[in-house]
Parts: sequence; C-alpha cells; structure tokens
Amino acid sequence: MNLALIVLLPFIGALFPAFLIRSGRNACAYGTGVFTLVAFILLLVQAPAVFSGQVIQARFEWLPQLGLNVNFFLDGLGFLFALLILGIGLLIILYARFYLSHNDPMGRFYVYLMLFQGAMVGIVLSDNILLLLIFWELTSLSSFLLIGYWRHLPEARQGARMALAVTGGGGLALIGGMILLGQIAGSYDLSEILQAGDQIRSSSLYIPALLLILTGAFAKSAQFPLHFWLPHAMAAPTPVSAYLHSATMVKAGVFLLARVWPALSGTPEWFYIVTSFGLVTMIISAWIAIFKDDLKGLLAFSTVSHLGLITMLFGFGTPLAAMAGVFHILNHATFKAALFMSAGIVDHEAHTRDIRRLGGLLFLMPITATLALVAAASMAGIPLLNGFISKEMMLEEAVHTTYLGQDWILPVFATLGALFSVAYAARFAFHTFLGPVRDDYPHKPHDPPFGMWLPVFILVSLVVLIGLLPGLIAEPLVKITTDAVTGGNTPDYHLSIWHGFTPALFMSMIALAGGLTLMALYLPAKSFRERFPRPEAKVIFEAIIEAIAKVSGQITALAHNGSLQRYLAVMVSAIIAVGFAGYLGSTPLGAGERAMVPVNWPGLVAWVLLVAALGATLMYHHHRLFSLILIGVVGMVVSLTFFYFSAPDLALTQISVEVVTVVLMLLALNFLPKETPRESSSLRKLRDLVLSGLAGLGVAGLVYAVTTRGFESISDYHLAESKPGGGGTNVVNVILVDFRGFDTFGEIIVLGIAALAIYALLDSALHGAAQRRLSKWVPEGVRAMDPHPFILVIATRVLLPLALMVGVYIFLRGHNQPGGGFIAGLVVSIALLMQYMASGFSWAQHRLKLDYHGLIGAGVLAAGLTGVGAWFAGRPFLTSDYTYVHLPVIGEFELATALGFDVGVFLTVVGAVMVALANLSRVGRRADAAYEAQEQATDGKEA
Amino acid sequence: MTHWTILPIVVPALTAALIVLLARQDLVLQRFLSVLSALAVFVISVGLVVHATGNPPYSYELGNWPAPFGIVLVLDRLSAAMVLVTMLLVLAVLIYSFAGWDKRGRHFHALFQFQIMGINGAFLTGDLFNLFVFFEVLLIASYGLMLHGSGATRLKSGMQYVVVNLMGSSLFLVAMALLYGVTGTLNMADLALRVGQVESGNLALVQVGALLLLTVFAIKAALVPLHFWLPATYAAAAAPVAALFAIMTKVGGYSILRVYTLIFGEHAGDIAWIAQDWIMPAALVTLVVGMFGVMAGRSLRDLICFSVIGSMGTLMVAFALFNEAAVSAGLYYMVHSTFIAGALFLIAEMVINGRSDGQDTLAFGLPLHREALLSGLFFLAAIGMVGMPPLSGFVGKLLILDGATGTPYVAWIWVVILSTSLFNIIGFSRAGSILFWKSQAEAASQSGPSVPMESVSRKDNGHGPESGLGISSAAFLLGLIGLLTAFSGPVSQYFDTTAAQLLDGRPYIEAVLGSDALVESGFGSSPEADGMEDGLGEEGDMQ
Repeated sequence: MNLALIVLLPFIGALFPAFLIRSGRNACAYGTGVFTLVAFILLLVQAPAVFSGQVIQARFEWLPQLGLNVNFFLDGLGFLFALLILGIGLLIILYARFYLSHNDPMGRFYVYLMLFQGAMVGIVLSDNILLLLIFWELTSLSSFLLIGYWRHLPEARQGARMALAVTGGGGLALIGGMILLGQIAGSYDLSEILQAGDQIRSSSLYIPALLLILTGAFAKSAQFPLHFWLPHAMAAPTPVSAYLHSATMVKAGVFLLARVWPALSGTPEWFYIVTSFGLVTMIISAWIAIFKDDLKGLLAFSTVSHLGLITMLFGFGTPLAAMAGVFHILNHATFKAALFMSAGIVDHEAHTRDIRRLGGLLFLMPITATLALVAAASMAGIPLLNGFISKEMMLEEAVHTTYLGQDWILPVFATLGALFSVAYAARFAFHTFLGPVRDDYPHKPHDPPFGMWLPVFILVSLVVLIGLLPGLIAEPLVKITTDAVTGGNTPDYHLSIWHGFTPALFMSMIALAGGLTLMALYLPAKSFRERFPRPEAKVIFEAIIEAIAKVSGQITALAHNGSLQRYLAVMVSAIIAVGFAGYLGSTPLGAGERAMVPVNWPGLVAWVLLVAALGATLMYHHHRLFSLILIGVVGMVVSLTFFYFSAPDLALTQISVEVVTVVLMLLALNFLPKETPRESSSLRKLRDLVLSGLAGLGVAGLVYAVTTRGFESISDYHLAESKPGGGGTNVVNVILVDFRGFDTFGEIIVLGIAALAIYALLDSALHGAAQRRLSKWVPEGVRAMDPHPFILVIATRVLLPLALMVGVYIFLRGHNQPGGGFIAGLVVSIALLMQYMASGFSWAQHRLKLDYHGLIGAGVLAAGLTGVGAWFAGRPFLTSDYTYVHLPVIGEFELATALGFDVGVFLTVVGAVMVALANLSRVGRRADAAYEAQEQATDGKEA
Repeated sequence: MTHWTILPIVVPALTAALIVLLARQDLVLQRFLSVLSALAVFVISVGLVVHATGNPPYSYELGNWPAPFGIVLVLDRLSAAMVLVTMLLVLAVLIYSFAGWDKRGRHFHALFQFQIMGINGAFLTGDLFNLFVFFEVLLIASYGLMLHGSGATRLKSGMQYVVVNLMGSSLFLVAMALLYGVTGTLNMADLALRVGQVESGNLALVQVGALLLLTVFAIKAALVPLHFWLPATYAAAAAPVAALFAIMTKVGGYSILRVYTLIFGEHAGDIAWIAQDWIMPAALVTLVVGMFGVMAGRSLRDLICFSVIGSMGTLMVAFALFNEAAVSAGLYYMVHSTFIAGALFLIAEMVINGRSDGQDTLAFGLPLHREALLSGLFFLAAIGMVGMPPLSGFVGKLLILDGATGTPYVAWIWVVILSTSLFNIIGFSRAGSILFWKSQAEAASQSGPSVPMESVSRKDNGHGPESGLGISSAAFLLGLIGLLTAFSGPVSQYFDTTAAQLLDGRPYIEAVLGSDALVESGFGSSPEADGMEDGLGEEGDMQ
C-alpha cells in the first residue's frame, strides 16, 4: 500500500500548485515540496526491509484479462532510483523556487514537474511491464510540457516536440518489445519475467523483443543516433534540465537496461549491440561536448556521453560491470545535477551561458564556483571524488573485456572517452570560473541567495563524501542494487579509493594528462574539428519530418482533391473490383432452372422505350428540363413494368411518386441555369463509360442470375396470413402497414425528415449571402405572359373535390384493394399541388391555412401512437387488431388499427410534399418579387 | 423488459414528431423535450445493458409476427452497449448545442431526435431490410443536420456526402436483393441459418451479395478507398453535428461486425469469415491514409477528421481478426474512439471561436481566449486520440496488439499501428504547440502580455460554445474517457463475453427463431463446432 502511495503522492501533489500559487510563491513551492518529502520519507521507511534483502510488493487488479495490473515492487534497483528521483526532486523544487522569475507561471511549472516526478517513480517501482510502459510514456508527455515550458521560445517548442517524437516513438517500440517479452515469459510481471531469463533468451522471439526494447531504452537514454533530442531539450528552464538529465528522464533508459538485465543480457547480441552503441555514444558526444560554447549544451553532451558509458557497462554483461554501472548512475546523478544547477546559477546571475563571454567567476561568486569546480572535477574523474571511483571501475572492466576477439579495442576507446571527458570538464571549469575577471558580463554576477546554492551544496557534499568513503556510504546501496540487477550475483568487490597500480590507474593518468593537453590545444583542436562536415542531427530530423509532412500533404491533397467525380470513380472502381472478385473467386455459378419467358410485344416496346429514354438522357443531360422529362419517361416505364407484373399497388405508387417528384424538381430547376456546363474531358468520359458499363453489366448479370432460379421465400407466409392474421386481402398493403409496418414507420419518417431538411435548407437561402444572390436572380428564357391560364385554373378547381374523393376512396379501400395511405397521400398532394400551380401559391395558401409542418408531426405521431397502443393490449409495438363494425346505410365494414397507422402515413406524405412545395415556391415568390421590383425600376427609368 | 427494447427508437421518434407538431416556434420547449427524451433513453439504455449482461439475447417481434416473417429487434450485449454509448455521446452533444448552435437554423432538435432514432434503430434491428430503413433515417437526418447553419462549404461537402451515401443505399438494395433472391429471407438470424445451406451452384451469388454488402458498410465506416466523403463532411459540419457523427462511422463498423459474425461467420460454410481478407488490408491502408492526413493537416479540423479515419482503421483491424480477444479489444476501442472524437470536435470549435480570427489553420498563431482551459482539454483529448498512456486509447491499442498475436497478420498489424501512432504523436504535438504555444508567443511579441481582451473575446458574449456549457460537455466526454480507462477491467470483461456471444452466433439465433430451428438446421453441429465449444467454455470460466 505504501508503495502505491509513494507513486501516487507526486500525482496528488500535481493537483495543488496551480491553486497554491494564489497564496504566493513560497506557499506554492513548499506546499508542493511537502508531497515529495512525504513520499521520500515513506521510501526511507522501507529502507530497512530493502537492505535486508526483502522485495516489497503492492498489487491491485486493473485489467487482468490483458495482464495489465497495478503491481508495484521495491527492490534495491527501484530503491536507488526512487531515492534519486525523490531526493534530487526535493532539491530541484527548492532550487526552482529561486530560479523562476516573477514572469514565469510557477504554478504550472510545479504541476508539470510533479506529474513528471510521479511518472518517474512509477517507472522504477512498476512490477508490471505494461504499467511500466504507461509511466514510461507519461514521462515523455510530461517532459514535453516541461521542455516547452517557455512556450514563447521557438527552440523550446521545437525541443519539446523533438523530445516527444523521439522518446515517445521509442516508447512505441518499447510497447511492441514489452508485449513480446510478456508473451515469451507468459506473464507481464517483472518478478516472473526476471526468473525466466533462459526461456527468454532461447526463444525465437528474443531478437525482435530485444531490438524493440533496446530501441525504446536508447531513445530515452539518448544513445547515438537517437541522442539529438537531448541537447535541444536544454531549452527548458535549468531546474528541468538538472532534473531530467541527471537523475530522471534519461536515466529511465539505463534503468530499463538494468531492470531487464537478468532476462535479456548474456547473449552475444546483447553484448555487441549494447556495448557498441554505448561506446560510440560515449566517445562521439564527449568529443562534441568539448566544443560546445553553451554551458548547458556542454553539460548536455557530457550527459549523453556518460549515459553511453553506463550503457556500455551494462552491455558487458558481467556482474562487476553491472555494479560499476549502478555506481556510476549514482555518481553521475549527484555531480551532474550539481553542475546543471551551477550552470543555472551562472545563467541566472550573469544573464548568459555562453562560455566565451564568461571567465573569472571564481572571484565574483566564490561559493558557486567552488561547488561547481568540485563537481566538474568529479565529472573529470579526479581522485578523492566519486566520479573517479566509478570511472576506474569502468576502465578496469574495459581491460578485461574482449571485443570482436580483440583485447585492445575497448581499453583504448574507453581511455579515449575518459580523455575527452577530462577535456570538456576542464573547459567547463577553466573557461567559466578561472581566468581574469571581465568587465563585459551582460550582468554583474554575484552569489545567489542561500536557498539557491543549498541544493548544490548538498549534492557536492555527497560527491565528496562518496569519493572519500565509498565503502561506508555508497557500498551497501550499490550492493543491494547490484543484487537486484544481477539477480543475486553481486561480485565480492569493495568500493574503495585505492586498488593498487592497476591498468585502470594508468589509463586514468593517460586520460587526465591527455585531456589537459587537449584543453591546452583547444584552438587548434577546434579548427581541426571544423575542417570536417558536422551533420546537425536536429536539421536532419526536421528535414525528415518536413519531408514526411510534405509528402503526406501531397498524397492527401492528391487523393482528396474535392472532386466528387474523382471520388465516385475510385469508389465505383473499388466496388466493381470487389464484386467481380467475389464472383470469380467463388464456385462456378450453376445454371438457373427457370425457363425464360418468351419476349412479347408490350415488353419489347417498354424495353426499347426505357433504353431509348436512358440513352437520350445520357446524350442530352446538359439540357436540364429535357432530361427531367426523359427521366419521367423512365419512371413511367418502371410503373408499367410493375403493372405488367401484376403489382397495381406498386404501379400506382410509382406513378404518383413520379408526378410529385417531377413537379417539385421543375420548381427547383427554375432557379438553376437551364443547361449544365460541359466540363468533362473526353478521356474522363471514356473512364466513366467503362466504369458505368462494368457496373451496369455486373448488376444486369446478377439480376439475370437471380431471376432465372426459383426460390422459396417468406412471402408465402405473408400471402397465407394476410387475411387471417392481418385482416386485409391486399397483401401489399398488409405488408406495408402490418407485417413490415415498422419499415413503413421508418420510411415515412425519412420522408418527413426530408421535408424538414428542405425547409431548413431553403430557409437559410432566404437570409444572408444566398438572399442577396437571389435578389439579383434574372429568370432565363421568355416568361409566360399569363402565369395562371384560365382553363387550367377552372379545370383544377373542378377536379379538386373529385381528386380528394378519389384520395379518400383509395385510402379506405387500401387494406383490401390496391391503395392505402401512401398512395392516397400522394393523390391528395397532387390535387393540392395542382391548385397551387394553376392558381398561384398565395391564392391557394389564402384558402387553405395549414402549417404543413404540423401535418408531418401529426402523421408520425399518429403512426407511432397506433403502434404504442398495442402495448396496452400487452402486445409488441405495432401489433394490429381488427374488428367488423356494422353501420346503418354503409353496411358492415372492417375497422383495423392498421387504419390509424395508415392515417399517419397519409398525413406525413401530404405534409412532406406540401412543405417541399411551400418552400420552393416561397423562394420563387421572393425571387419574383425582387425581379419585378427590378423591372419596374428599369421601366421607370426608361419612361 | 418487454417494451424497453423498442423505446430507444420510439421515444426519440415521437419526441421529434411532438417537437414538429407543437414546439416548432419555441426553442426553450424544444430544448426541454429534446433533453428529456435523451435522458429518458439514456436511463433506458442503462437498463438494457443491465438486462443484456445477465440474460441471453432477447428478441422483440414487432407487430407480434413470428420471426422470420415480421421484423424483430434484438437486444443483446452488443446492441445494448452501442445504444448506451450513443446516448452518452448524445447527452454531451445536446448540451453543447444549447450554447447556440441549435438557434442557427431550423428544426435542429427535431432532426437531432430523428438522428438518434435512426442510430439506435440500426443497432437494435435484427432484420436486414429494416437496417436499410434505419440507414436511410440516419442518412437523411444527418444530411439535414450536416447542412445546419448553412454556408457554401457546408453545402458543397453536404452534396458529396449525400451523393456518396445514396450510391451506398442503392448498392445496399442490390446486395440485399441478391441475398434475398437466393435465401428468400431478410431476417438476419434466418439468413445465418440459410447461408450455410446454400447449394454450391448459388454460392457465387451469395458471395457477391455478401461482398457488395460489405462495401456498403465500408462506406459508412469510412474504410479506404470508400472514405472520401468523411474529411470534408466532418470538417464542414457544425461542431455538435460533427461530434454526433463520431458514432455514425461506428454504425458501419457495427454492421460489419454484426453481419459478418452472425450471417457470414463460422457456420457460413464455404464463405465463412468472408469479410476478413477484404477488411484487413483495407483497414491497414485506412490507418496509413489517416496518418498521412494527420501529418498533412493544415487546420485543426482536418487533423481531427483524418485521425478519425485512422481510428476507424484501428478499429476495423481489430474487428477483421474475428477472434474473441481482438473483437473485444475492438469494441473497447470503439467506445473510446467515439467519445474522444466527439470531444475533439467540440474542443476544436471552442478553439476556433476563442481565436480572434475565428479560424483553425495551423499556419500562424493568434491569441486565444480561455487558453489554459482549452489547451488542457486539447492536451488530454489529443493524448487519447493518438493512443498515448494513460488514457483508454492506449489501453485499447494494447488490447488490439495483444489480440493480434498468434494470427498471421500480427507483423503487419503491429508495424502499422505502432508506426502510425508515432506520426500521430508528431502531428498532434505540432498542432497543439502551434495553436496554444506559438499563439501565446506571438501575442506576447506583438503587443505585450496585455492583449486587450475585447479583441480576443470578440465572439465570447457569454453564450458562445466556449462558455460553461461547451467546456462542460467536452469535459464530460473526457470524464467518460477517464472512467473507461479506470474501469477497463470490467468494461473489457463485458466485451469479452460480448465477443464470445457474437462469434458463437447461436444464442442470437436461438433468441430469434427458437432452439428448434437451430437444431433442425444443424447449425452448430458441424465439425468446426469444436472451437466454438471452447469459446463457450471460456465464457463460463469468466463468469
């Protein structure tokens, strides 16, 4: 439980700073610090248990199906890291209190910092590797926020994004590696994975798992060639750099190497990959560090170099090397945090971090300078300081390790790395603090307030104490950590200052002398370096990203160019391909058993008419009115076909639908140009011809295949049950209002929605820009002299009652004879439409004051409530019932609940058609009014 | 439980009718009815989930006609969960629309309720033709909503949307006619029984029908190369509409999952699992196309649209594996992706309205009103969308990667999902840093820290979407993401059993047609049934 609390406390602490800042900067900083302090104390409470070799655990279930659980455990390795993270974290919080200026939003800073701290603690205490992954990526995210804290600086934004891309991307590789690892080991729990080393190393998935995990670790620990993000992360405020690059973020990578060491190390692949990357990173970045003019840049590359060193040590695969690695993690964290903080103090006081503008600070800020010089000496590996001891161990191990069958390679290069590190440490120390006092600092520096140098002092004290008394102070901690890393194979080795005249001592001396010589020859070395091309990783990275973005942009723009024709061509091609592939890839189609019906005259005529009308539509589609008429012909033939196949209901419906749609479309076309522009090239026409030809032939083939074979279907049941079950003899109507009444319910709603959408759309056309365009609209062609022909007016008025009667008749007989609510609705609509067309909208509107929207609502409601009514009889929605009623005069007739439903259908149809009409003519009247006003204006002028 | 199954369809339909009939002039009454209906259906959907958890599938026979002759609705774990997810999204979106969008055009609430009806109907129906009807309801209502608020861009992309979908509808009819022509039935459970017994001479027809139907659903699900309608449509739609559309692509995904496990699943004989070989490559390509779009995104909404396409790819990769773990993972991810896409569209509009230029181009920055709050919301939503820890996007991706192991596609799936994630991270971090960081920087450099707030808050008159209502709806959706993450254990347990139920198919058929039909047809007694028994065994173990 305590373990979970240790992880949780920083996250809880992240909730407060944003509010605490309202009570002032001290409250914010120290209030935040309390959470870290409590976590730190809780950790120390566990120390006795950890030192006695126990592994403390805390387990909670989260997603057990996947094996993702909130399992924490604390062993030596976790303890060391948690100690560093929380301990240095405390110092950073204190330091940042003084470092941040009044313009920096401090609350936000501490929020990000605590999030990051929690994520780091989570990584090192996770027992579950999936949980570890989560914390791992959380550090990427929170470091993104930290690095980008000074959002007004472009380099901060770029640095943050680069860090996120590289470490987050590495995290993605790690996801793959971890899942593989878990699958090999049969568990995602580290405590089990670490026991399954042999099984893992002999698995066929070992290599991919290893590569993926190492990619993740190397990206985080800034190993070459993924090192470039780290120096650019220096755009962050110095407390962030001090924290991220000494004890935390970058150490997560080496932590991971240490963590999986028992499971993955010991193979040649591990040795060569890890050692080589570590070695190359160590040397290259140490070399670069020498020539960095920015204090933090120099420290950044030196960090990369030291990470390379640690990586290399873990790559060796021997317990003693692992011990050296662990010890160096501890030492590096102390002196590097101190150095970053010192650099921050210099920057804070002198207002520059450029080494070329510094020097002589020893006399101006003696405390800071002394502390920094000691830490730098430790970094260089000067005896009596902690950096010396672990570097000696590293050199010693290099001597005993054979690389590619050669004994000399590792010692030589290790010495070279050490030599470079002496050089950059010397440059950091000499060029900043020694030399004459200058008088051209951007700001006259002096020592900072106590609170700011106190953290540095604490760290440097550790550097010295460990350096002097390694056996007493560091050895127990290093040993339990090594125990955890090596799975209990800690070598019997004692940390001490003096190991006799070992080869390592001589290598150290060479490195020291060589490093100082190199420093003395700084300028020649610099010009030597500048003779070679130095690829700038940031530039390359950004060029790659830019290139990908550009290519993506081109691909996306090319594919999504906004052309509907193009889209449809691609989509239709895909559909055709899928359809034909399905046909060709299946067992051959059997011949149909149904004989073909002989061709007869009516059929042939209708067919010729259909094909001719379609062909003509194709030819004359630029003439909109004409093609509309042609489409009407197609509709007619379809109606006739229904009629021919003894489906009078369908034929009736189709005919009335045709009439209504053609009328409405005519009204709509009124506002469009009478001809469409010719835009298609002949090549595109050819493409469209091929595509539509294939699609048409495909569908025709399918229709042929289906209609040439007999089949049994559920419609037999409908035929049989129509009268006894549905109470009607017109099966089509019973299907519509009963068997599949629910479909009809949906379809009338579709119709209603369509009308509402037309209204909403056209309503907006009467406002704003559309309205202005409409007012300038000039009708094409000649206008009829008589908008309301007398004969038509009379005829339609006479016909109206008749048509309405027909509608009622069709409606009532629907259940047993061809008809029904839908057709009746259309018939009535047509009758009304004719009034509007013949006599004008305002005339008709004046006489029939009805808001047709209400009809739609009422219709849907009627149909729906009829359905709901069945509930009260304990039946499902839309269950019908019918009875026979005897009325005088009329006689016996049937009363079915389906009638109520059909009323709903009727109302909705009438409402929908009329709403569409009303709105189209509303636009028309508006346009006419504007046009006439225009005419009058011009007439007036002419007069 | 009797009538509960149909309530998610009937309640919004009648509410919409009532709004049209009585409340079309009164916005306050419209809002009241709309939110009342949404709350009621939400409560009902919770009840449905509870019922589905403890019971086998339940078949509701409309008009009291026995299946397969009438239409049935089927309540099972999947349909119940889908309705619940829809209603949660609907609540957030509806509240958001109160901040002003529902005033900007006519009939917003009526269309909105009809849209809910269509979505819920598509999830609940057990009849293929009825599914078509609900697709139509969906389409036409979404078309009305899509055009809501008017404007030339909206009209143009709306046109494309409707044309593409009409093509899809026609194709739906063709495919359905084929299947009906061979099997003589439209009831999905009945189809499942009959497809396995189709004689070999007719197999080609069924196969073509199945594949054409697949393309119809793929259009809805925005699978490449049938996705073209999505980016422009979503980017042009009003924020609440785009957010609601987050569930619309899922209708396509749901239909694929339903039809190709039940009808063309294990017992479909020669055409068993026919969808797999087609969906899998398409889904992987979809992911890549989505990634390209995210990398190329010039505006925030472009970015979000393409990330939605990418997430559909991820989802369909999981479904296309058709194994229990992957389908369960896909369902979990589907819930996640619905909420996160909804949240992102809402946030995007608040960013646009908060910016003094009212644009969302990612080229240059302008000061932003309510920057801290919006950037925080965006950061969380972006983490969710790209699938970074600790949010449910990450959990979902882990589940999918895990579900892919042991299948022949594993290498492809891993490489594509992980690498596209990287580019999504890059794309979203770029967008976020330009929108929120660079804008601050330029504001500071141009006119010092005290940019006059009048210019910044040009659109913020206390009623804009970025007011409390807008922020809280986005926060509500992100809160759901939080719950989904924290309770990923129980949620994926629910989906594990759901997936088992789907892949088995028999409980569904038994509910619709009765156990006799199942025995008579010999469904499930084929040699492949062994695997299924195992599946059942696992299910038993889990409970």
